[in-house]
Amino acid sequence: MSAITLDNITKTYNKGKVLAVDKATFDVAEGETFGLIGPDGAGKTSIFRVLTTLLLPDGGSATVAGFDVVKDYEKIRNCIGYMPGRFSLYQDLTVEENLNFFATIFNTTVKENYKLIEEIYVQIEPFKTRRAGKLSGGMKQKLALCCALIHKPRVLFLDEPTTGVDAVSRVEFWDMLKRLKHQGISILVSTPYMDEAALCDRIALIEGGKLLSIASPADTIKKYPGKLFAVKAANMHQLLKDLRSYEGTHSCFTFGDAMHVSFKQDANTDVSKLTGYLTAKGHKELEIAEIPAGIEDYFIRITEKEIAEK
Amino acid sequence: MRTLRFLLQKEFRQILRSRSLLISIVLGPIIQLTLLPLAANFEVKKIAVAVVDHDHSSYSEKLIAKIYASPYFTGGRYRESYKDAAKLVEQNKADIVLEIPQNFEDNLVRDGNAEIFIAVNAINGTKAGVGSGYLANIIADYNQDIRLQWSQPGHFSEASAIDLVNENWYNPFMNYFLYMVPGLMVSLLTGIGAFSASLNIVKEKEIGTIEQINVTPIKKSTFILGKLIPYWVLSMFVFTIGMLISRFAYSIVPVGNISLLYGFLSVYLLTLLGAGLLISTYSDTQQQAVSLAFFFVLVFNMISGVFTPIDSMPGWGKVLSYISPMSHFASVMRMVVLKGSTFIDILPHFIAIVILGVIFNTWAILNYRKTT
Repeated sequence: MSAITLDNITKTYNKGKVLAVDKATFDVAEGETFGLIGPDGAGKTSIFRVLTTLLLPDGGSATVAGFDVVKDYEKIRNCIGYMPGRFSLYQDLTVEENLNFFATIFNTTVKENYKLIEEIYVQIEPFKTRRAGKLSGGMKQKLALCCALIHKPRVLFLDEPTTGVDAVSRVEFWDMLKRLKHQGISILVSTPYMDEAALCDRIALIEGGKLLSIASPADTIKKYPGKLFAVKAANMHQLLKDLRSYEGTHSCFTFGDAMHVSFKQDANTDVSKLTGYLTAKGHKELEIAEIPAGIEDYFIRITEKEIAEK
Repeated sequence: MRTLRFLLQKEFRQILRSRSLLISIVLGPIIQLTLLPLAANFEVKKIAVAVVDHDHSSYSEKLIAKIYASPYFTGGRYRESYKDAAKLVEQNKADIVLEIPQNFEDNLVRDGNAEIFIAVNAINGTKAGVGSGYLANIIADYNQDIRLQWSQPGHFSEASAIDLVNENWYNPFMNYFLYMVPGLMVSLLTGIGAFSASLNIVKEKEIGTIEQINVTPIKKSTFILGKLIPYWVLSMFVFTIGMLISRFAYSIVPVGNISLLYGFLSVYLLTLLGAGLLISTYSDTQQQAVSLAFFFVLVFNMISGVFTPIDSMPGWGKVLSYISPMSHFASVMRMVVLKGSTFIDILPHFIAIVILGVIFNTWAILNYRKTT
């Protein structure tokens, strides 16, 4: 049985004027970590809110843990954990009080499921008498995860759990998710960070409310058409201009300290021709190397196509 | 029930932890109830009277002396002309101008009839009305004194054949506090109840905690009860403090049954908190909720009868006052404290707030949805 199924879920706002989610269809298998990857405003949170029974969909159907999100919402609420993108625990209650409160309203105790949260909780335990509002960003995140897990949910929803969290805490957080996966908890996680996408079992790329691709991170990268080159030179600003005006260029964008360039399919992908072109333009310290495409490259590639089609 | 207990535990923890809330809910009313009755006093004192005496006779002197002998008037403001006296009014140094014309005494003695002129600064309506009333009383009194002086023994007095004797029921000495303190208590409790209840759910909305609550199996009604009960308890507590203050600071001992007051209050609070909750469900931010609550509390106060009598309101005002729960509580409070009314007497008010309570609370629960 799938942990989550979506069948043509559509959600609009402002009486149908704004299309937030456009016929989303995907499944999350039991025990799978599934990532929703997309920029802000892509519709990730709307999907989360429909699945966590906070929003009614305008069309389509969905189930969580086998229960319908509209008809059986009460049953769903008993077996999911939800961590909204915004920190939403009681800031004026202490770490301990928050945890106890969320345990008791699910008719359980912290003791009963302590095993599940132990690894995370030991990190914030030294601050258990501190008010949640006074915790650092990473600590808040850990506490929120503890509170979402304390009733041993079957499905965990994490909406941008690492937004606004430092790099070290982000790595730690994903390590924790990996361990949760071993406990058999299905996880739906969203993130705007493409590097985190690689840590999921499968990912769905979403943009403008539409799901563009659903596959494992490795397969997603494989879908990248053609070759990709990283180009560097002394004058990067001029380089970008020149690369974009090069006849064979399909796309070129800044990526870290290099330019990622792809060529038109029918164009000559011979690097020497490009080298010649750029040298003629007076570029120095030129470096051109073929590189494997990342998820971000693929994401940009397919969203480009979307825009072009529109 | 178990869930409710934990919700209550959480709410009380939060309330007791928020110092500003505690101060405004508990300390605020204590201060207000000890100070406001002294300030919100309708008794008019220290009315400045400017006198223009064109007559300078013994009769006019007698009248002026009589006026200044009254504790309500302050004097020492003689002016030669009406124009000069009017200037005093313009400068806000006098409230009333009393002009005694030339030949006042002559006319009075010869014709048994004389005129004087009173001009009142009506910017402060209450002061003007009450002041000119007092003055008219004194002049009438003076009138009678003269007539008594003149009347021949053995003849029937021409002076007033009908003598009015006033008696103030339920408040024989027109003790102002007896009337105002219970009214202010109603006003304070209504403010506290409406504001705290309207802020409550909105606060969870604004901080985002409601998202977290909404994905739990907590039932709507349990959640709302968990929100209402703490403020209900708190308001009862504040009321008790208020009763103690009025007992010991103003020596007000309710004539009626105190438990009847508590009984009525306990139902009134449910109605009021329901109204607050309703506001809460319609607002997205605390700011919106406060603005809305402020609007309603102000209207409730104006039409409650605490400050102005309901009977003198226009028809629509009376209707508004009937559907405002506060006016019912204000009436009951005064009825029980001053008159010693029993349950049968206050039954119409009781029924009214029960109906209003059912409407507000049902509406609020229907409007508060966990799913949108």
